Amino acid sequence: MTEFVGSQYLIEAIYLIASALFILSLKWMSSPATARHGILAGEIGMVLAIAGTLLHHGIVDWKWIIVALVLGSGIGIPLGMVQMTAVPQRTALSHAFGALCVTLVGTAEFYLQTPHVPRFTMSVLSMEVILGGLTFTGSLMAAGKLQEILPQRPITYKGQNFVNFLLFAVAVGSAVYLVLHPGATQLFPLIVGVSLIFGVLLVIPIGGADMPTVISLLNSYAGLSAAAMGFVLQNKLLIIAGALDGSSGLILSIIMSKAMNRSFTNVLFGAFGQVQASAAGGQEAKPVRNATPEEAAAILAAANKVVVVPGYGMAVAQAQHKVRELYDMLTKKGVEVRFAIHPVAGRMPGHMNVLLAEADIPYDRLIEMDEINGDFPQTDVALIIGANDVTNPAARTDQSSPIFGMPILDVDKAHTVMVIKRSMNPGFAGIDNPLYYLENTLMLFGDAKQFVGGIVRELGGGH
Amino acid sequence: MSSTLIDSLFVFMLAAFIGFEVIRHVSPLLHTPLMSLTNALDAIAVVGAIVLVGERKSEYATILGVIAIVAATSNVVGGFFITDRMLRMFKTSRPVKK
Repeated sequence: MTEFVGSQYLIEAIYLIASALFILSLKWMSSPATARHGILAGEIGMVLAIAGTLLHHGIVDWKWIIVALVLGSGIGIPLGMVQMTAVPQRTALSHAFGALCVTLVGTAEFYLQTPHVPRFTMSVLSMEVILGGLTFTGSLMAAGKLQEILPQRPITYKGQNFVNFLLFAVAVGSAVYLVLHPGATQLFPLIVGVSLIFGVLLVIPIGGADMPTVISLLNSYAGLSAAAMGFVLQNKLLIIAGALDGSSGLILSIIMSKAMNRSFTNVLFGAFGQVQASAAGGQEAKPVRNATPEEAAAILAAANKVVVVPGYGMAVAQAQHKVRELYDMLTKKGVEVRFAIHPVAGRMPGHMNVLLAEADIPYDRLIEMDEINGDFPQTDVALIIGANDVTNPAARTDQSSPIFGMPILDVDKAHTVMVIKRSMNPGFAGIDNPLYYLENTLMLFGDAKQFVGGIVRELGGGH
Repeated sequence: MSSTLIDSLFVFMLAAFIGFEVIRHVSPLLHTPLMSLTNALDAIAVVGAIVLVGERKSEYATILGVIAIVAATSNVVGGFFITDRMLRMFKTSRPVKK
């Protein structure tokens, strides 16, 4: 490396402070009480780092930097204002943007330095563009599926895993060859291109229910690619930020895969989406009991303890504000209402918490699965709104069920179970839910928002 | 050269461990804002793009760099913005209205 110029020391000092602020920022995220300090710390760190970078002695032209910064901010503001229900696709999109940045910078660095790229730099540079490339297209696919531009159903074909493995092997193999033979520059576009295709193919077999795991995993890849970029540019701030993001995504992926009873290696190798192959057996029409909003309201009003189990269906129906009205109404009547949150409910980690918080439901009413499961036997009513597989008792008992072993919310142990559902169609994974045929289960057929609205009207009008 | 490489590996290793320890303690309640925050922080990659554009070493590098800055900046601005919006919504239960 060239000698440090005066300004370089200043920049390194600023980066050091920014790194500390980034770590504090994440540390303060551990509790809702301090989380907003965390944002402030992150913002200060970011502004310092960008301002410091502008002092870089090599910078001779500011015009395009300013234009790009302004343009990016202009795009960022509407992306920060999306509705809470659109947060999963926004998150996927921002993973794509982050990965795009890393891939483009990596590509530019390669062509500026080639063919005199040191071997180590070339290996991390390959890692940077492979991870960046696959995260870019993979995240775009995920965002498209979440936004329902692309089909939500998993797209599978014979030999899928083999094709994916082959593509990955081609990308890595070419990278290794390029490291050993720096003159073979024509391989670089191949590495980038194959990674981009690999990203697409990796995500198409994934259905909606696996999205929390996939988004977390893509988050982790985006972080690792940024860390690799830090190695290429010898920028420690980037290495630290990338490592933090990478480990955050990794932890979330592990939590998500545990909550779905998938081994982590299974997830890592992209073998998500295999559940959908389940047999939709048991077609004989079993009797179910159903109820009207009036009946449901009467049962809820008579209860002491109610646990609401929200799922993706609640988000789709935009029912969270009606649920909040129900919560208010029941609380006023002296009913204890809590919410049971399964780790993979919704389309990304923590999705339900954000939606319910948006609807002004206090966060101390949102209870994690492990904490609330013991309380179901003492619960009068478990009201399930748009959740399916996470309440399926077959996961506990039926060894042949594709979700056997997955931790579930033990709603069937409540005195009365009420399930708001559009119809008897099985949920996303196509697995029949024996819960619906239990004696203590009442099916409330209809749109979640309208049905909850109906219950609220009954509760309000009654007395 | 090799000593800076070793330094960088140490930095990466330590940061990864810190990340694990710190993030393990984040309440599942905040997993969504956590992800949008780490996303914003990760967009620090913008500094690499800024230097790339500023040095004006080649036309291509500048074009790629400009796109990279736009993409990363939108993550910085959008990421912090939406994380803040989400966190403002998290309220604890006040004493129930009479």
